[in-house]
Amino acid sequence: MGHGVALAHGDNYINHSKGLKSWLNTLDHKRIGIMYLIAILSFFLVGGIFAMLIRLNLFSPGSTLVSPSKYNQLFTYHGAIMVFMVIIPMIPAAIGNMVLPMMLGAKDVAFPRWNLASFYVYLSGAAIACASLFLNGVDTGWTFYTPYSIRTSTSAVWVLLGAFVMGFSSILTGLNFVVSIHKLRAPGMGWGKMPLFLWALYGTSVIQILATPVLAITLLLAALERIVGIGIFDPALGGDPVLFQHFFWFYSHPAVYIMILPAMGVISEVVPVFSRKPIFGYTAIAMATFGIALVSFVVWGHHMFVSGQSEFANFLFSLITMFVAIPTGVKVFSWLGTMYKGSLHFHAPMLYAIGFIFVFTIGGMTGMFLATLATDVHLTDTYFVVAHFHYVMVGGSLLGFLAGLHYWFPKFSGKMYAETPAMIAAILINVGFNVTFFPQFILGVLGMPRRYADYLPQFTTLNRVSTVGSWIIAAGFLLVLFYLIHALLRGKKASDNPWKALTLEWQSPSPPPHENFLVEPVVTDGPYDYRGAKAGPI
Amino acid sequence: MGSHEVAGEHQVAHHFKSALDEFEACKQAMWIFLVTEVLFFSGLFVAYTVLRVFEPEMVKAAHHFLDWRLGALNTVFLITSSLTMAFAVSASQRGDNKRVVRQLIYTLILACGFCVVKIYEYSHKFHDKLLPGAHFGNTELTANKAGLFFSVYFVMTGIHALHVVIGMGVILWVILRARKNEFSPNYFTPVEITGLYWHFVDLVWIYLFPLLYLVG
Repeated sequence: MGHGVALAHGDNYINHSKGLKSWLNTLDHKRIGIMYLIAILSFFLVGGIFAMLIRLNLFSPGSTLVSPSKYNQLFTYHGAIMVFMVIIPMIPAAIGNMVLPMMLGAKDVAFPRWNLASFYVYLSGAAIACASLFLNGVDTGWTFYTPYSIRTSTSAVWVLLGAFVMGFSSILTGLNFVVSIHKLRAPGMGWGKMPLFLWALYGTSVIQILATPVLAITLLLAALERIVGIGIFDPALGGDPVLFQHFFWFYSHPAVYIMILPAMGVISEVVPVFSRKPIFGYTAIAMATFGIALVSFVVWGHHMFVSGQSEFANFLFSLITMFVAIPTGVKVFSWLGTMYKGSLHFHAPMLYAIGFIFVFTIGGMTGMFLATLATDVHLTDTYFVVAHFHYVMVGGSLLGFLAGLHYWFPKFSGKMYAETPAMIAAILINVGFNVTFFPQFILGVLGMPRRYADYLPQFTTLNRVSTVGSWIIAAGFLLVLFYLIHALLRGKKASDNPWKALTLEWQSPSPPPHENFLVEPVVTDGPYDYRGAKAGPI
Repeated sequence: MGSHEVAGEHQVAHHFKSALDEFEACKQAMWIFLVTEVLFFSGLFVAYTVLRVFEPEMVKAAHHFLDWRLGALNTVFLITSSLTMAFAVSASQRGDNKRVVRQLIYTLILACGFCVVKIYEYSHKFHDKLLPGAHFGNTELTANKAGLFFSVYFVMTGIHALHVVIGMGVILWVILRARKNEFSPNYFTPVEITGLYWHFVDLVWIYLFPLLYLVG
């Protein structure tokens, strides 16, 4: 690997060409990934501020901070921004864009121009959605349920169209990734030698390709409902509002797996590297990805147990939903099996990965409570649901994202972040997360409904604990922001392969050159063959 | 692998190993795109099915207000245009750019015919107030919820017509490239994938026509 150290000081993708224009017009997947990352983190900040305001308002009973109608807007924007603008593109479009071609040993994704287009489509959609902020806002919740979304006097149509446009960006990314994985693998990389992060991105892309168009037509019909009054979802005109729920969840349930599968992929990379051991159950994890993707398409009805759909449908959806636990369990036990008797290195990526396994398992197990009909009827629309999906989306996707961000940071910035503050931040975020959301499970079981600006006085203590937890998370994120910026400006130079990992991206200099590799890589060993000398400590 | 492979006047993008790899990637991408299109339309087909199952009498009564002869004429236009498109694709594979241009112009003319008929139909519907949902105002058609049938009709045929218009734009772009003699047996990707798209648009209409115009 001697070539990298010498040449890393020379030409790389960051200094390959200069000026803002060379970034805005770039076709380089690494730069596009960086631009996605900056945009997504900015939206994450906005969505996070909304979250902090929600928690602040709930610090005491009564609408202490904002009026109830403003509160409705707060949780709507928090949800819509975090789902459509942050979590869905977070790992695939930002980290995936940077890492996927390099892991494949390719020079770029299959269609670089469409890749850049997807970024601008994403920005346009986000701009359209955010325009509503300066009009009348939106207060429908991120689910846009009809008929309320038809009747509300707020600017729902802007957010509907914004999400519609962003969907195309998601489709383009998915399409690009699938074709890249099929056509651009390095010589010697058969399907069985592909890193599991790529398997995860493949599964994610399949869902993006199959589910997002259904969301597109749903949102388009809902927008037409508001603009023209077509009546398909409007009971006043003879339409069926439950049909909207079916359409919406046919996308939005698989979308949950668009959020979690890539995070699982990151964990599958990080765990073997920091355990210095081959991954346990490579094939099982790869196949479980497709198991989850497949089942995700036939469980949407579990969001509608109290919508009035037939009891037979309820029974069927409940049963199928339970099946999600099988491939998910396969993955969790494979990660644990990888760590078992490994020589564990508790660097920041590994801390996030362990946090992920812990928190995600709680999120998954509580999903079983909600899949069970009898308990779900009691728990529907309570804080139990809020806690459950935050354990999966935040505890799962976000912790996976943070693991990936730290893991690949040295590769793409060429700098090392400071390990001690990173470990403190990882602990703060993991602890803060559990302090925030665990009390919400209890609140939900006690019957506190979601989406209200106010609550009964007996819920005060648990709500206060939850709000204090949100401050701990915020402190953790501010610390991350601080030391990552510090690392970019003053960090120590990173070596080409600081984690002694075996996937292809680490064979290139840090930061990588414009065309990714100095010599076209050829794959001989598997991506996780940590045996003999390769299993040595980091 | 550093040097760019040249195929005709077309340069293979730097990250592909060969012209064949690039062609196959583009073709695969088009097929995947068509899958997303199928799913996009599937929402509308589900909405149609729900309406037809829950309101069979209304759908039957309302469909008499669509003229099946105009629908059939449009079906003929589109099927014929698929044929001329297929001729254009096979001509491009032989590098016969003149024939590509000629066949694609025939395709465009047939597509224009389709649009003219569609505009004629739409203007009739507007005149008779056979309109979606809230705007329905026809007095001859008294079936309950008839406005919903025309919601489905306008949205389905409207989105399909939009696809036809976009397709015409793409065909025009391919014609301009063929006039510059860009296609050869080594490089005919744009013609091939435009053909795939056009056949898809045709196929959607072949489902729309009986479902909307020929209800039992």
